[in-house]
Amino acid sequence: MKLASPLKSTLENYGFIFPAVLIFSIFYIYPFIQIFHLSFFEWDGIVPFKDAIPVGWSNFKEISFQDSSWWQAVRNAGFITVVALTLQNILAFLLALACDREIRMKNFYCLIFFIPVVLSEIVVGMTARFLISGLEGADVVNRMLGSLGLSHLAHHWLSDPHTALTTVALVHCWKGFGWGFLIFLAGLQTIPRELYEAARVDGASAWETLRKITIPLMMPVIGLVAILTVLGTMQIFALIIGLVGGEFAGHTSVPVLRILASMQGSSRFGYACAQGITFGMILIAVSFFQYRLSRRAKA
Amino acid sequence: MIAALAAGCGEMPAGTGGSATSAGQKIIVWHWMTDRQDALQELAKRYEAKTGVKIVFELYAPSDAYSQKVRAAAQARALPDIFGILGEKRDFAAFIKAGCVANLTRAMEADNHAWEDLLLKKAVAINEFKAGNPYGVEPGIYGVPIDFMTIEMLYNKDLFKELGLDPDRPPATFREFIEMAGALKAKNMPGLVSGWAEDWMIECLALNYAFNIMGEDKVLATMRGDVPYTDPDWIKVFSLFSEMRESGVLAEGVVTMVNKTAEQLFANGKAVFAFNGSWCVNVYQGMNPTLDYAVMLPPEASDKNPMSIWGNASSFMVNARSKNKEEAVTFLQWLTRRDQQAYLAQRTSNLPVNIECLGNISPILAQFADDVELATHPNLWGVSEFPLVTETLGRGIQSIVIGEKTPEQAAAEVQKVKERESLKKRK
Amino acid sequence: MLGTPPIRSNGYYKAKRVTLNGVIHLFLIGVAITCLYPLLWMASSSLKTQQTIFTDISLIPHPAHFENYIHAWHTGGFGRYFLNSIFYTASVVVGILVVASLAAYAFSRFRFRGRTVLFIMFMAAMMIPVPGSFVALFVLLNKLHLRNTPLGYILCMINVGLPMSIFLLKTFFDTMPRELEDAARIDGCSKIGMWRHVALPLARPVLAVVVVFNALNVWNEYLLALIVFDDKNLMPLQRALMVFRGEFLTNYPLLMAGLTITALPIIIVYLLMQKHIVRGVTAVFG
Repeated sequence: MKLASPLKSTLENYGFIFPAVLIFSIFYIYPFIQIFHLSFFEWDGIVPFKDAIPVGWSNFKEISFQDSSWWQAVRNAGFITVVALTLQNILAFLLALACDREIRMKNFYCLIFFIPVVLSEIVVGMTARFLISGLEGADVVNRMLGSLGLSHLAHHWLSDPHTALTTVALVHCWKGFGWGFLIFLAGLQTIPRELYEAARVDGASAWETLRKITIPLMMPVIGLVAILTVLGTMQIFALIIGLVGGEFAGHTSVPVLRILASMQGSSRFGYACAQGITFGMILIAVSFFQYRLSRRAKA
Repeated sequence: MIAALAAGCGEMPAGTGGSATSAGQKIIVWHWMTDRQDALQELAKRYEAKTGVKIVFELYAPSDAYSQKVRAAAQARALPDIFGILGEKRDFAAFIKAGCVANLTRAMEADNHAWEDLLLKKAVAINEFKAGNPYGVEPGIYGVPIDFMTIEMLYNKDLFKELGLDPDRPPATFREFIEMAGALKAKNMPGLVSGWAEDWMIECLALNYAFNIMGEDKVLATMRGDVPYTDPDWIKVFSLFSEMRESGVLAEGVVTMVNKTAEQLFANGKAVFAFNGSWCVNVYQGMNPTLDYAVMLPPEASDKNPMSIWGNASSFMVNARSKNKEEAVTFLQWLTRRDQQAYLAQRTSNLPVNIECLGNISPILAQFADDVELATHPNLWGVSEFPLVTETLGRGIQSIVIGEKTPEQAAAEVQKVKERESLKKRK
Repeated sequence: MLGTPPIRSNGYYKAKRVTLNGVIHLFLIGVAITCLYPLLWMASSSLKTQQTIFTDISLIPHPAHFENYIHAWHTGGFGRYFLNSIFYTASVVVGILVVASLAAYAFSRFRFRGRTVLFIMFMAAMMIPVPGSFVALFVLLNKLHLRNTPLGYILCMINVGLPMSIFLLKTFFDTMPRELEDAARIDGCSKIGMWRHVALPLARPVLAVVVVFNALNVWNEYLLALIVFDDKNLMPLQRALMVFRGEFLTNYPLLMAGLTITALPIIIVYLLMQKHIVRGVTAVFG
């Protein structure tokens, strides 16, 4: 009995992870290996794979040194991500702070703030475009600026190449803040109320309480939300099509759109795979860097 | 029933081979044409009543999702009996070489070209590979067109009247077109709308003007690499777009519009001109039946060569590996006969490919049909440009329209990419 | 006297608090309105006609075409696709709940060779998208005779949600106190028993988060379904919406009606799970 136990135990351990690993190997690892393999070929996706032309590293070389539109797409996605990391998460944080004290309507707000997350990106793109565009829709933003006496700031927000990307970033923030809000709210609720009491008794101002108690205690949560934000935002694409129709001569290019263009527009499947791998590497590098940063912040 | 359909793709029980059409046989068709699904299903019912052969039309939309599905199926050798191929001639050739598409030349040329002569020449030519084609495909006809479309300009007659212009005399030259901008601005009316967020639409107009300015031969020579994109004639083509931008004849944000947005704007009378295809007749009818509009050729920039427009055919191909090839071909022949074509044209407001039907279409569609002689299409040219070059061309013109590049800069970029791609010696 | 700070009355502090509350409320309500607006716009558009949908800016159209919903239901064939979507969503969610919680529990509590490597692979999967994997999946499913079958689609979708779900559950299990399990083990409980009777009940809030997250993914998914399924009768809800979005002609009011029909169930699921979700998020991230 005793001898069989360690073996049985090990088998049990592997048994627990078996279904997950099985499914994962078949439906992720296997295609991934194919994609990885394909990135070293020139293939149009139509002829039988045996006719694909091996090209070694040239796809990757082309991406790194010749494909300026790829790096423009990466920069654009990076810009949207930075806006999301700051504006979106600050908004979420502020809303969470506001809801933290407000017990009565809290469930109501939790529901409402999550609605943009639930809506499909098509709907969000269409509605936002309708609201913002002057030619096709209600021109709400410019009208509001006008009523505030700021009509000289009125712009063609979506059709001006200089403001299009920022507008997209802002709409994205609006759509995504619901998750951050939930997570921040949860995090805030775990801070013991006694700390706040003590601070108030000591005469600390709201700002000092925030700076010295709330934020330090929330650092792990903030770090986590940051990583999730980056991973989610870098992969944006459907919203862009809804808002500005496409890559807007490169101004609203993003990596996923570039990969789709390689796959379908140029029929360069191997190249698209190489782009996908490159993108994955970038995301891993950024996540790793963020992880290290949050570890150091905790210390 | 579901299991039968699942097994139906290319697998038939043994014993039903041969050319006799037996009742209970099933042919599966994959397509992406959402607005034609109802009409096609009705025709399928009629065909089954007539011959006992069941035709199943499976719709997969939108078109890029359809495209991906077809390509995936090609890899797995799981294509249905009949399907359409979206993409360029190069992709079409790839499908043929992969053994997915049946050669229909014999059927087309049987009985002294009986079938072929029924159909619009250009529609057939789009599905044809000529001798000596650069794709390495055996010459022949590989697809069956079932309807046709051309892309031209349209203008709103009511708005013309408001501007004090003769609604029956649209601008005939580019100069006239540009000079209308002043009147448009005075009345605060947006000028031209089109789905120029989509690369191909803007390339279409650019190539139309290229044909007009330098003639077909020089354009094709450029694609072959004999003429650079920095040639003065090409600069002239690019400059047309900067002129359009500077004059203000383009609607604001035209580069951020997908075609649907442009259609919606024109249909609701918010723009004076549109650059769109003959499918728009159906769209405008649905959104605003009172719209008073007419078709015009893009105003010509040069009188040296005729203005050209693009035309394309929606086509079906027969799976070379299908066990029901004969029946599939018979069905497609039936689909292109006069009665069926007339039915399709009437229900879907698209141009029929059957020549006999062209006399019986609505007046606005007739305006599109009248210009079919001037229609061309990249699939007809026998030479194709590197996709990266085409993409750079499209984006370059978009940049010109937003005012970020000069025509010379855009041309130089396209030429640079062209030279780089040529060096790669890709097929 | 010089140097003494002014004495503020209680009224001052009360007024300050009321103003602060007021500002906060305004802020919250303002954001809430912007969140609700698209939903309202969608619903109001669904009551308009193709001709008026872009010209009529009002929020409550007169006349309101409620029959658009009936139209959309029939034209889109919503009945069938709706049931399919419910089936797929439920199956995938249940599948993930079981598979992910088993794996996450093991990653958290057991020691075995390859534990770290395997976990990192799951995490990496969240970061490396595989564009064009649909071709490989298609060929694979074809070989396994799972193409055009519900099982094939469900397995693929389980895989899609696995990394994130495992991550959430493992993070929770890591912070779960061990006393209950120790007590159970002393009582002779097997590993499966501990998973079932100790870990899962405690993890209920986190499971709620996993449910909503995956339900959302499956409910809104379309491309994989289109590639895997040939048979129209197996397609999920999004297929119904595609019928309204033709190659050239988009039937906007029906599309909006369809989108509203599509959005409602997920909102309802979220509503039902809401209490648990906040607790679940707290448990994992707090």
